[in-house]
Amino acid sequence: MSAFAESEANETFVLNLGPQHPATHGVLRVKLTMDGEYIVEAEPVLGYIHRMHEKMGENRTWAQFLPNTGRMDYLHALAFNHGYVSVVERAAGIEVPERAEYLRVITSELNRVSSHLLWFGAFILDLGGFSPLLYAFDDREHILDLLESVTGSRLTYCYFRFGGVYNDIDDNFVAGARAFIKRLRDRMPMYHNLVTKNIILMKRLQEVGPISAEMCRKYGATGPVCRGSGINFDVRKHEPYSIYPEMDFEVPVYEQGDSMARYMVRMDEIEQSLRIVEQALDKLPEGPVMAEKVPKIIKPPKGDYYHAVETARGSFGVRVVSDGSNTPYRLKLRSPTFSNLSLYGEACRGMLLPDALALMGSLDLVIPEIDR
Amino acid sequence: MYVDPEIIRLLAFLVGVIAFAALNAAYLVWLERKEAAHIQRRIGPKEVGPFGLFQPLVDGIKLMTKQLIVPAGVDPVLFKIAPILVMVPAIMSFVTIPFGETLVARNLDIGLLAIFAFASVNVLGLLLGAWGSRNKYAVISAARVVSQNVAYEIPMLVTVVTLVMITGTMNLHTIVLQQQGGFWHWNIFNLSASPLMPVAFLIFFVCMLAETNRAPFDMAEAESELVAGAFTEYSGMGFGVFFMGEYANIVIGASMATILFLGGWDCPLGLFPGVLWFLIKMYFLIFTVIWIRWTFPRTTFYGLLNLSWKILIPISFFNLILTSAMLKVF
Amino acid sequence: MNCAAIKQKLSAVGAEAISETEYDRKGFALDVQVAPEQLVAAVSVLDAEGFFIEAVTGVDWLGEQAALRKEAEAKVAAEAKAKADAATAAGEEPPPAEPVAEQGELPEDALEAVYDFNHYESLCRVTIRTRMPRSKPEVPTISQIYPGANWHERETHDFFGIKFVGHPYLVPLLLPEDADFHPLLKDFRP
Repeated sequence: MSAFAESEANETFVLNLGPQHPATHGVLRVKLTMDGEYIVEAEPVLGYIHRMHEKMGENRTWAQFLPNTGRMDYLHALAFNHGYVSVVERAAGIEVPERAEYLRVITSELNRVSSHLLWFGAFILDLGGFSPLLYAFDDREHILDLLESVTGSRLTYCYFRFGGVYNDIDDNFVAGARAFIKRLRDRMPMYHNLVTKNIILMKRLQEVGPISAEMCRKYGATGPVCRGSGINFDVRKHEPYSIYPEMDFEVPVYEQGDSMARYMVRMDEIEQSLRIVEQALDKLPEGPVMAEKVPKIIKPPKGDYYHAVETARGSFGVRVVSDGSNTPYRLKLRSPTFSNLSLYGEACRGMLLPDALALMGSLDLVIPEIDR
Repeated sequence: MYVDPEIIRLLAFLVGVIAFAALNAAYLVWLERKEAAHIQRRIGPKEVGPFGLFQPLVDGIKLMTKQLIVPAGVDPVLFKIAPILVMVPAIMSFVTIPFGETLVARNLDIGLLAIFAFASVNVLGLLLGAWGSRNKYAVISAARVVSQNVAYEIPMLVTVVTLVMITGTMNLHTIVLQQQGGFWHWNIFNLSASPLMPVAFLIFFVCMLAETNRAPFDMAEAESELVAGAFTEYSGMGFGVFFMGEYANIVIGASMATILFLGGWDCPLGLFPGVLWFLIKMYFLIFTVIWIRWTFPRTTFYGLLNLSWKILIPISFFNLILTSAMLKVF
Repeated sequence: MNCAAIKQKLSAVGAEAISETEYDRKGFALDVQVAPEQLVAAVSVLDAEGFFIEAVTGVDWLGEQAALRKEAEAKVAAEAKAKADAATAAGEEPPPAEPVAEQGELPEDALEAVYDFNHYESLCRVTIRTRMPRSKPEVPTISQIYPGANWHERETHDFFGIKFVGHPYLVPLLLPEDADFHPLLKDFRP
């Protein structure tokens, strides 16, 4: 078959994984140069859903850009909300009431749990196990219902405002959140018994797709990817923002650097996020959820400002350059998965195709966030 | 006009066998969907007919009305012949399977050999279909299918050879007759012949999963890796025939396990033998196959080959030697 | 490792200006301005100290020079007006308006490349900026030091047309592969 081997010297072939492929979770394309089932070279090709959010930001007022943030990382939209409102509040010097900060943390941690649950289901689906997906979606549905009751939307949230949040929670939300925490805590052992301890899963993940700490540093990997490689880096602890310093939680770190380590980091993070939500609900102060004196038209002073938050996939940073007008002069969105995916080409060299897909799943890709 | 009743009998059986194979394929899809749904805490098909029982018919009509697309660039002959190559041997195998004491189309003396000969044509069909598709995913899948089938045919056949040594015949009817009279007579518990018989059954079952490309060994399809593997370019009834062939192969695999190890139509307590018992055992095995699929993730390809070459083949050879030694001694 | 030590090492390799910024106010600790020629040396310092790369981006300062001149002129005019007002208030004859100095052609506007580095262990985000003329936006690549910069530089090249000299594969990453426009330039018209 001449299409595969032009000559004896050239026995590799190019396999286009995507843009429509079940394992790429969206429109990512990876150009694989293969020798049989071994990967000689992998080159991710991006930009299939590039929407140029940064240019959109320059063409609308500071507040008008808010809904865009929820449309980048649609799985952890509230963290992206958080990053953007934080940087604008930092620039314009807006104080946020304490209750609003608590609500931000409660909702965005619930959102983080929902993101990890979806990743869990989709990752096992990548490995050929169908059923955990439905169980994870069952749990995730409870979070979506809770968040819908307070934010008004189920996926692309736009709940945070400069100086607070848009809506206060009620007793139903508190009761629902507590019930959900109990429910998921009861179900986590089931997930571990049925999935984590499955011998096939262990064989497929252990020692597959190793990423060294040095590689993380050179590529700027953050989030569960670097924590699975033994780097204790979490923006919530590293440069604490909001009310995270008052919360008692741990950052799960695993040394192995393989896909199993990244899997375990995320599973442990679900439990830590539940702890944070529980504490925040206990400590929730009374008070307003919106700052009193937020100007209608925001004009931050000249200069540039940076703020990073920890999303479910890593450190999301926003750099804004203000020229003192009512629109951003420049808005840079540093998305975590962009950096995490950039190491894929090096990490999967010489791997077999199924292992490379396990590695890709363990990076937890959200394509709209990479392409922005 | 005189017509040999044997011919009428054969024709009746032929129609019956084809109908059985087709109905099984259709209703195993229904069973698979229902079972998967209940494992996943869903309901499954329920709209068409009671319990969604007419769903397979509707699906079949849909598949048959779809256009048969032959993509540009494929080898038209191989592409069209491949689904038939998977389906026909599967149906032919049914001819020699004894469902009941008298319910067998053709009782061959070498029935066992015939079935394994037909079963190995299945892989040829997949290989030709994948190769003819000229699709890279399909070709990778074809390479996987062939090495997987070669790897698993060895322990399976060695296990069968062990069994033939014990029974002394390749006639399936006779093999079942030897196991009559309660479950302690079944080959799986025939510990006096070889204490490893339950293990041999397990090996046979695992090999059957691998030979029929079922999860966790569904390397050929592996939808999260190879899109749809060998079937990537197929649509409509081409795809449908492939699937009927796959399900027919599962039925044959389960029937063989029933005949060789579980006493065929024998009642576990030795009373009232009949076709019903055969079907119960067979469908229980199929149920287990589906259960496994919806519970486990997929193994990797090298894990699959390692399992065969490093574990199953040594054990099955050991079992062969042990059995022959015991036959010689006792 | 602390930020002050980094500051010293960076000034040793010839950074033009380094300012420590207020972290809570700005979100980064060191703001470093280097010439394009010093960029690789400065980044090597950070690499040796164990920093990881966060992002590379650009800023287009089109119209900055005009704005600066306007500001300066306004300042001069305001000073003159203040002088005149003071003189009038004192009951004196206002001095004749000074002739406006000939300012010549505007200097060229700049494109700025911005590099963000962060450290896994200590809180020290370092921002390195380097400016280049808009007509010849060239800056050496740092992808041999940080392979992760490869994509960030490709993205910046997409958006601003900044040419990273020595980059192994400077083709569009997010934009279509035949894109010859740079949407984040301020004079970009679709």
